[in-house]
Amino acid sequence: MTPDQIFVTVGGLAIVGFVAWFFWLKRTPGVKASVVADGYQEQMVLVKGGYTPDTIRVAAGRPVRLLFRREETAACSEQVVLADYGKSAPLPTGTVVPIEFMPGDPGEHEFTCQMGMLRGRIIVEAA
Amino acid sequence: MTSAHTAATDRIGHRHHVSPTASAEAASPAGDRQAEYGTLMRKWWFGAAVGVPTMILSYPWLIPGLRDLFPRESPQLWWLWVAMGVASLAVLVYSGNQFFAGAWEALRHRSANMHTLIAIGTGTAWIYSTVALLLPQLFPSEAMTDVYYDVTVVVTALVVLGMAMEVKARGRTSEAIEKLIGLAPKTARVIRDEAELEIPVEEVVVGDIVAVRPGSKVPVDGVVTIGASAVDESMITGESMPVAKSPGDEVIGATINKTGAFRFRATKIGSDTALATIVRMVGDAQASKVPIQRIVDVVSGYFTPAVLILSVLGFVIWYDFGPAPAFAYATIVAVTTLIIACPCALGMATPMALTTGVGLAATNGILIRSGDALQAAKKIDTIVLDKTGTITLGRPAVTDIVPAGGFEPDDVLALAAAAERDSEHPLAAAIVDGATERAITLAAPAGFEAVPGQGIRAWLGERRVLVGKQDFLEAAGVNAAGLEGEAARLADEGKTPVFVALDDRAAGVIAIADPVKSDSVASIAALRKLGLQVVMITGDNRRTADAIGRSVGIRRVLAEVLPQDKAHEVRKLQLEGRTVAMVGDGINDAPALAQADVGFAIGTGTDVAIEASDITLISGSLRGVVSAIAISRATMRNVYQNLFGAFVYNALGLPVALGVLYPVIGLLLSPILAALAMSFSSVTVISNANRLKRFKLAEVAA
Repeated sequence: MTPDQIFVTVGGLAIVGFVAWFFWLKRTPGVKASVVADGYQEQMVLVKGGYTPDTIRVAAGRPVRLLFRREETAACSEQVVLADYGKSAPLPTGTVVPIEFMPGDPGEHEFTCQMGMLRGRIIVEAA
Repeated sequence: MTSAHTAATDRIGHRHHVSPTASAEAASPAGDRQAEYGTLMRKWWFGAAVGVPTMILSYPWLIPGLRDLFPRESPQLWWLWVAMGVASLAVLVYSGNQFFAGAWEALRHRSANMHTLIAIGTGTAWIYSTVALLLPQLFPSEAMTDVYYDVTVVVTALVVLGMAMEVKARGRTSEAIEKLIGLAPKTARVIRDEAELEIPVEEVVVGDIVAVRPGSKVPVDGVVTIGASAVDESMITGESMPVAKSPGDEVIGATINKTGAFRFRATKIGSDTALATIVRMVGDAQASKVPIQRIVDVVSGYFTPAVLILSVLGFVIWYDFGPAPAFAYATIVAVTTLIIACPCALGMATPMALTTGVGLAATNGILIRSGDALQAAKKIDTIVLDKTGTITLGRPAVTDIVPAGGFEPDDVLALAAAAERDSEHPLAAAIVDGATERAITLAAPAGFEAVPGQGIRAWLGERRVLVGKQDFLEAAGVNAAGLEGEAARLADEGKTPVFVALDDRAAGVIAIADPVKSDSVASIAALRKLGLQVVMITGDNRRTADAIGRSVGIRRVLAEVLPQDKAHEVRKLQLEGRTVAMVGDGINDAPALAQADVGFAIGTGTDVAIEASDITLISGSLRGVVSAIAISRATMRNVYQNLFGAFVYNALGLPVALGVLYPVIGLLLSPILAALAMSFSSVTVISNANRLKRFKLAEVAA
């Protein structure tokens, strides 16, 4: 093997390792939804190529309201689905769309676009 | 009146308050989609306009006229390629910016999608070409390295075109729901202060009397007060025959009045109407997930990063073991791999078919609640039909009158009807209705006395009339033995015989039965043709139940089942290892519907959101069950086709792009072909889903 081949091989494997770590292994702690006046736990979620924040922590036993605001026209994100809660909503560009649900028992639930390309997590924590 | 007025004002005030948040039209997904399509098409045309000359000028030595103008190694070719580099950068910026923006946004969320792959692919091709052009000394080969600007431009253009076609096709899959929304009437003619007033439909309040002219739309849900007409309800129920309406009947908003004029009292308005509920339910169902999608979601979560890894590994292997120039080959393989992978085809396979299938069902008067219901409906092997109201009309009627010697049929009915006039027994209503239909005037009884479970004793003037069981008559000293044979025959036909006596003489037997709906027999045959075991469940006695079962072609009959035990019977069938669907009304049968793997509720009028059901049939016909199962099966078949196609495409495309065929037959895919294949695969998935719309229900019903 020539030096450049060794360099490319080692560099390539390093990139592979980085990709696996970056997309699959690292997890963010997420944002805790805040309680608002009417007793809901509320969190604004921006929709643009993904969900910001994409990890939302909520307390069990208190209703949750997620306010989705889509800031792009790409068709991919035109619908948000909370499959485990049986909720979904179309997201017209530039409009705030609320989705309300009871978080249920502690655990993790996903919210995604219709095709499952954009993903977010709701982490229900014991109150 | 005052309260109605206030409510109306409130609504107007409310509307006024909301109106600044952009007009609903512009904010609708359909509007968004149209704009998105226009943008993408402009991007495609720009890419195509740059792409054609770029492709030709990338290989000028292959074209006779250009060969002399731009020979290899010449300075003018170098300048030409610099110009192409600038032009292709413009394409990346204008036509391809969404890939880079999307990739960046996804990266910030630690995810990767189609944008990531295309951005890295086209970006790599451009950077490679530019470095080769400006810093040729970095490349080991002494000759001037070829550039791949054509890859950058053409791939960008083709993928953008694919996206535009996808947006268009997505619009078609949701056509059904847009059609439903479009059904909503705009205005209503209400009676206010004795005058007919045309007002926007949003201003109609519950309790308003609404006038409907021939040929116009019923604006909201309500109950007819005056007049009669035939109403075309096909857009809601899927039933093509117009339905006769007279005072007391329910009318559904958005249906079309055919011939007569009538007035009705509004009972449901705005978001409470049947149409609004249907639109909401269809939208929810279309956005729900088919259970199989959860598996796909897991796969697609790993898919894109896995493609990135494959592409890097492909680069390394080609660099280490590939032919010279190794760097150029390795780059092309990596770029092709990124571009051919199509996470979209995988992601869209299920939702597109679900959207189309649920929409198709809705246009046929069938509301499928969710993807779960759809997948479950495909699996059922046994279907339990509740008798009353499902197989039969649910309204008992007089079917036969057998007079004893010396009596005319109408006399028998007249006596019975007069006696039963004030009774509240369900069979009494059938007898009275039967008499009314035959235009018999009812005498008023001087008095009557009901013996629960036995019959009724009434006096018409001085004469005594007995109506009831044979035992009841005989206990009163009437000899009814002569009618016994006839009564037994009627009971064998599934009818309930009722004996009538005048004074001490038997007058005749009246048979009452709940008539079978006209299309029940054909629908049950169709269900069996779909390979389902059909079971009837009823509270009737064994003899009557078996008779009805025989007449409609059902072999397995569960008779004498108390209403509260229906769910238990469904459970027993499930314990036999069957996947059971239950068809019944949404109220009495709710526990059984919930127990069944799939609950079909037969809709009644404007009440379409039946909680316990997985599938609601807006029209009362059993044919809807056949259609619902056929649509579910077709949709799930479509889902599997799409998933299979997407899987096979990626499973074949990726290895070819990585060059596994190169050592064997020397085949290496060009990135441009990869882009074509990728766009084609996602468009194919959507087109296949759209194909569902042409699914013909008639083929099943036949």
